[in-house]
Amino acid sequence: MIYNYFFNLTGSEIASAFICCILPLVYVLTYVLYAVYGERKVSAFMQDRIGPNRCGYRGLLQTVADLLKMLQKEDIVPRNADKPFWVMAPIIVFTGCFTAFACIPFSSAFVGSAFSLGILIVMAASSISAVGLLMAGWSSNNKYSLIGSLRSVAQIVSYEIPTFLVVLVMIIILGTLDLTVISEKQTAYFWNWMILGGPGLSWQKFVYIPFMVSSFIIIYISTLAEVNRTPFDIPEAEAELVAGYHTEYTGMKFGMFFLSEYGNMFAVSAIVSILFFGGYQSPFGYLGNSLNLPWLVPIEQLVWFSIKCIFFVFVQMWLRWTLPRLRVDQLMATCWKYLIPIAFVNLIIIGLITVL
Amino acid sequence: MKTEEIFQNLKDKFGDSVIELNTSMIEPYILVNPLEVDKISLYLRDNELLQFNNLMVLSGVDDANGKKNADDIIEGGTLSVYYHLESTILNHIVVLKVSTPRENPEVASVEPIWKSSDWHEREAYDMFGIIFLNHPDLRRILMPYDWEGGYPLRKDYKSPEFYQGMKVNY
Amino acid sequence: MAVKTEEMVLNMGPHHPSTHGVLRLELNIEGELIMKVTPHIGYLHRCFEKHAEAMTYPQVVPYTDRMDYLAAMGNEFGYAVAVEKLLGIEVPERVNYIRVIMAELQRIASHLVAIGTYAVDIGAFTPLLFCFRDREMILSLFEMTCGARMLYNYIWVGGVSHDLHPDFIRKTQEFIPYFRPKIKELNDLLTGNQIFIERTANVGILPAETAINYGISGPSLRGSGLKWDIRKNDPYANYNKFDFDIPVGKGLMGTLGDSWDRYYVRVLEMEESCKIIEQALASIPEGDVTSAIPKRVKPPVGQLYSRIENPRGELGYFIISNGTTSPFRVKVKGPSFVNLEVLNELCKGHLIADVIAILGSIDIVLGEVDR
Repeated sequence: MIYNYFFNLTGSEIASAFICCILPLVYVLTYVLYAVYGERKVSAFMQDRIGPNRCGYRGLLQTVADLLKMLQKEDIVPRNADKPFWVMAPIIVFTGCFTAFACIPFSSAFVGSAFSLGILIVMAASSISAVGLLMAGWSSNNKYSLIGSLRSVAQIVSYEIPTFLVVLVMIIILGTLDLTVISEKQTAYFWNWMILGGPGLSWQKFVYIPFMVSSFIIIYISTLAEVNRTPFDIPEAEAELVAGYHTEYTGMKFGMFFLSEYGNMFAVSAIVSILFFGGYQSPFGYLGNSLNLPWLVPIEQLVWFSIKCIFFVFVQMWLRWTLPRLRVDQLMATCWKYLIPIAFVNLIIIGLITVL
Repeated sequence: MKTEEIFQNLKDKFGDSVIELNTSMIEPYILVNPLEVDKISLYLRDNELLQFNNLMVLSGVDDANGKKNADDIIEGGTLSVYYHLESTILNHIVVLKVSTPRENPEVASVEPIWKSSDWHEREAYDMFGIIFLNHPDLRRILMPYDWEGGYPLRKDYKSPEFYQGMKVNY
Repeated sequence: MAVKTEEMVLNMGPHHPSTHGVLRLELNIEGELIMKVTPHIGYLHRCFEKHAEAMTYPQVVPYTDRMDYLAAMGNEFGYAVAVEKLLGIEVPERVNYIRVIMAELQRIASHLVAIGTYAVDIGAFTPLLFCFRDREMILSLFEMTCGARMLYNYIWVGGVSHDLHPDFIRKTQEFIPYFRPKIKELNDLLTGNQIFIERTANVGILPAETAINYGISGPSLRGSGLKWDIRKNDPYANYNKFDFDIPVGKGLMGTLGDSWDRYYVRVLEMEESCKIIEQALASIPEGDVTSAIPKRVKPPVGQLYSRIENPRGELGYFIISNGTTSPFRVKVKGPSFVNLEVLNELCKGHLIADVIAILGSIDIVLGEVDR
C-alpha cells in the first residue's frame, strides 16, 4: 500500500521502490540508536547504578556521540590479515541481518516485499551472517578470533534446527508461509493470537495451547542462541577470548558488527511476535475503526508491532544481565539433547491434532 | 612432640647426617647434612610418630659469614636453607636447617616428597643460586628467564648496568 | 583412518581480562582439551624482600600492604604479630580487638572481590556490581579510621597508628545488619543458579591429600573438606575469645573439593566474619592503643616463623634478626604463590573455559605471588 502511495506521488517505479527500501533502514537504524542506549540504562538499573545521563537530556544522545567517535577512529588492519575477507566480513554480516527485514510486515500497509515464501527468506537471510562471522575470524590471523568464530558458526548452525522445527509447527497449523497472511489470520483481539491457540473456536484451539507455549519457549531460546546473546555468548566471551571474532576490528567496521547484533535481535523478536503474538495486530481493537478514521489503523499497527518487538528485545537484555554463560559443550548439549527432541515431539503431536 | 624428642628420634635413625640441635635462636632448629635432607624428609613425612605432611615454607638465606674481599664480594661462608614442617594430623612443628658452602651450594631437593617445595626451591635458586639436585625443572621463577646479572638476594649483589639494552638502574 | 591431531600451544598472555593480574598461562591443548598448563610469573616482582633488608622494622609496614593489595590489613597484621613475637612484647587488649575487627572487615571485602570477579569470569556481570557496592561501605569505614581506602599503613609493630574514630563502632554496627540480607541476595542470584552450578560443579576437583602435599591453605583447602584454620588451630591475637565456626566444603552440588565448594566456603566465611565483628564490637575495652609501640625496634638475634589466616590462605613471615634495627632476612610465604602451583594438576582433562573457572576459584592476587 505504501508502495502504491509513493507511486501515485512520484509516478516512477524506481523512486517508489527505493523509498520503500529506505524506510525499514531508517526504522532499524533509529531502533539501534535507542536499543544501545536502552541496554545501557536497563543494565545500569539492574546493577544499582545510573547509566549514561550526561549527553543530551538524560543521556538520550549518548549513542549519537558514540557513533561520531567510532566514525573518526583509525582503521587498523593487522599486517597478516586476509585483506578481501577482512573488508567483506562486516558487510556480509550486516547484509544478512538487513535482508531479513525485506519480508517482515511492519503494518498492514507496509511490507518490503510481499513474497509468498516470506518466512523462508527470513531464516535463510539470517544464516548468511554465519558466513560473515567465519570470514571475520579467519581473516584476523589470530588464534583466539578463529576459535571464537568456529564456536559461533557451530552454535548458529545447530540452533537453526529447533528454530525451524517450531516454524514448521506454525506452518502446519496456519497452512501458509507468507508472513502478512499469518499476521492477518490473528486479527481481532488477543484471544485469536497463536499463543492462545489461534483464530476460530474449536476443540483444537484449546488443545494447542500447552504446545504453543512450549514452542514459544523453544523458539525464544534458540533465537537467543542464534543472535549470540548471553547465556549463549561464548563467541564473544570476554573472559576467555577477549572479544572473539571481532577482537581485531576497529572503528566503523566494529560499528557494523555491533549494528548487526542489535538488528538481529530485532529481527528474531519480530519473527517471534509475528508467529505467536499476532504481529502488528492490536489486542483490543483499533481506535481508527471506532473513530471512523481508516488511515489511522496502519499507524496504530506500526505502534503495536514496535511495542511487541521492543518488549522481546527488553527480555533478551534482561536475561543477558542476569544469567551466567554456558560452556561450549553444555551449549551444544542443550541444543541436541534437549531442544531438538522436545521440538520433534511437539511437531508430531501438533501434526496429529491438526489432521484429526 | 617437642623438638628435642624429634631430634633424638632423627639422631637415632640417621646418626651423623643430623648434625646438631640449636635452641638459642628464639625458635629451635635442627641442623642436618644438605645432601641427606631428602632421606630425612621422607622419614619425617612417613613415620607414624612424626607424620609431617605439610611443608609450610622453604627459605634460602645468605648467612654473610664469609670475608669481604677488595671488590666487596663475600668469599667463603655459607648459604642456608630453612625448612618449616608441620603435621596437620599430630599438630606439631619442626624446623630444619641446612648449610652449604657459598662457592658450591648444592642441596638435595625435597620436591618428590612435598610438591609445594617445587616453586619454593626455584625461588631459592633464583634469588641465591642454590642448586637443588634432582629438581625436575630448576630455572628462574621471579626474575626473567635469561637474567645474567647474578642472584639478587645475596648480600654482595650488584645490579648489572644493562639488561637486553635497557638501563637497569635509572 | 584416524585423523592426525597436533598439540597446540595457546598463550593466555600477561594482558588478559580474566587472569586477575599479570599472569601468563601457557596452555598445551588438543582441540579444546587441556594437556598441560604452565604458569609463568614474575611480571609484578617488586623486590619486597630486598627492600626489607634495607629499612628498619617499622618502615617495612607500608611495603607489606602492597603485596596482597586486596587484603592489606591482613598483611600488616601478620608482620606486626611476627615482629612482636620476636621482641617478646604484649599489646594492650584494645589493640587486639581493633586488629581483629579490621582483619575481619578486610576478609569480607576481599571475599566480595573474589566472588564478584569469579562471577564475571563465568559470565554473570551483575553480581560484580552488587559485591562492589557493599565493599564501598567497608572501604569508607576504613577511610574513616586511617584515611586510606586500600593500602593503610595502620597496624604498626606494637599497636595501631590511630585510635578508632568516635563514629566507627556505631557505623560498623549499622553495616552488619545491612550486609546480612545482601549475602542472601547473592545466594539467590548466583549460588543457586543452575548455569553457574553447571559451570563450576565437578570442575577442578582437589582431593584433601593432594591439597596438603601441595601446601594449599585457606578456603581452597577447606573446600576439600579439611577443617584447618590458623585462627582455631594456632590462634594469634585474641581469636580464642570469639565463638565462630569454620565452614568446610561438603560436596553439596557435585564432588567434594570442586570449584563450587571453594566458592561456597567463601560465601559462608563472610557470614562467620559478621559474627566475629559483632562479638568484638560488643565487648571492646577502653585503652591506649599507642602505649606499647616501642621507640626503637631492636630484636635479639634469632629467627622466627609466624603465620596468620589471610583471606586467601596462610600468610607466613619468616624473619631473621641479627640484633640490629633492620631485619637480616624477611621471607614471606604468600598463600597465592603456593596455591598457584596446583593449577596444572587441577586443569588436566578439562576445557579451556574451565581453566578460567578453576583459576577464579583458587583466588590469587598477583601482588602476593610475585611480591
